Amino acid sequence: MQPGLNNGARLAAYDIACRRGDRILFKGVSFELAPGDALHLAGPNGIGKSSLIRILCGLLRPYHGHVESTGQIALSDERPALDMHLPLQDALDFWQRIDGAGEGRADFGLENLLDVPVRYLSTGQRKRAGLARMAASGGRIWLLDEPLNGLDTHWGAAAQAAVEAHRAMGGIAVIASHQPLGLSRLRTLSLLDHLP
Amino acid sequence: MKGRFLPALLAVFRRDLTLLLKGSVGRGGALLPLLFFMAVAMLYPFAVGPDARLLARTGAGVIWVAALLAAILPLDRLVEPDLEAGFFDQWALRGLSEEALMLARIVAHWISFGIPLMLAAPISAGLLSLDGAQLRLVEIGLLLGTPGLAAIGVTIAALTAGLRAGSALGGLLAIPLAVPLLIFGAGSLQPGGEGGLFLLAASSVAALAIAPFAAGGAIRAGRE
Repeated sequence: MQPGLNNGARLAAYDIACRRGDRILFKGVSFELAPGDALHLAGPNGIGKSSLIRILCGLLRPYHGHVESTGQIALSDERPALDMHLPLQDALDFWQRIDGAGEGRADFGLENLLDVPVRYLSTGQRKRAGLARMAASGGRIWLLDEPLNGLDTHWGAAAQAAVEAHRAMGGIAVIASHQPLGLSRLRTLSLLDHLP
Repeated sequence: MKGRFLPALLAVFRRDLTLLLKGSVGRGGALLPLLFFMAVAMLYPFAVGPDARLLARTGAGVIWVAALLAAILPLDRLVEPDLEAGFFDQWALRGLSEEALMLARIVAHWISFGIPLMLAAPISAGLLSLDGAQLRLVEIGLLLGTPGLAAIGVTIAALTAGLRAGSALGGLLAIPLAVPLLIFGAGSLQPGGEGGLFLLAASSVAALAIAPFAAGGAIRAGRE
């Protein structure tokens, strides 16, 4: 982390429990992340990784505990939130207008796809477009839900490189993934340790 | 994203309006409700016969029924596709309140179906042998009533988004809520019924006042 870029981004969870239906998925999840930190949410399918991501976003109310965050949150999940009928450039420009001028887009190899309607993009290309949209939003806290799904080895590595660059700028990243990640100084939180 | 609320909301509104006017893949634009509205006015004389007096007496009511049904037609694409694609979650992260988003959508929906209906009403009036005075009342009534229909439509669309068979259910739910607008709108065309316009306006304002909060609450509740 470069000290000059410390912008005070912070994400902390205190004793979070999550209930879906009449089942407690996990409980007692606590952590605190400072600029440059990255956290890997690990665990098998259905253990509540996506629910925890949504709780951290404020989109889902935790059953117990609370979340504190300083800094804009950016979310990338399985839905790219891009207009299917528009060319990729126009679909990304919509978010540019909402977010204001973002800092330069991370390289997700989309240059040749900008005039292709989003619905013609492959799964991996859509994933990259969603990641590019998130990266361009200027959010200091990145929440990534299975960011490597659908990406090949090359772009999987590129996505992780983008996360590293984001951390080097003082950003925070929380990554829910069932795959191993190759990030430096990565903290891991296994939800298996927090079963009720 | 402080200070970016209004520019962001404006960008959302422009997108809403473009999508509702022009349509997109799997979403017809403003043309479909309009054609439906005109088709009813065109078919009605075939069904009841060419008696101009009968047409003039019942035609205005037919215009109102057609307007109500035309407003229901685009219900399933008002909220559902954006909810499905994750737009509402992304907007929420950026601090755009669901209430403001829903208000923008009501306005966009009204522009995309209410105004075309008002433009098409003279043609429908001609097909149904309405005279100038009746047409004037129909136009005033549509101007007052369609914002209420738009508000009800967006609320129902938000409530039923994500449900199986949500669009069929949406139509059934919207009809009873729209009945006051229909009664006052069509009633204002009866001899001496002009006072109905005030009640029509009141019903419309009431629907407009409640709708953004009800629809916004429905979007939030859908996340649980």
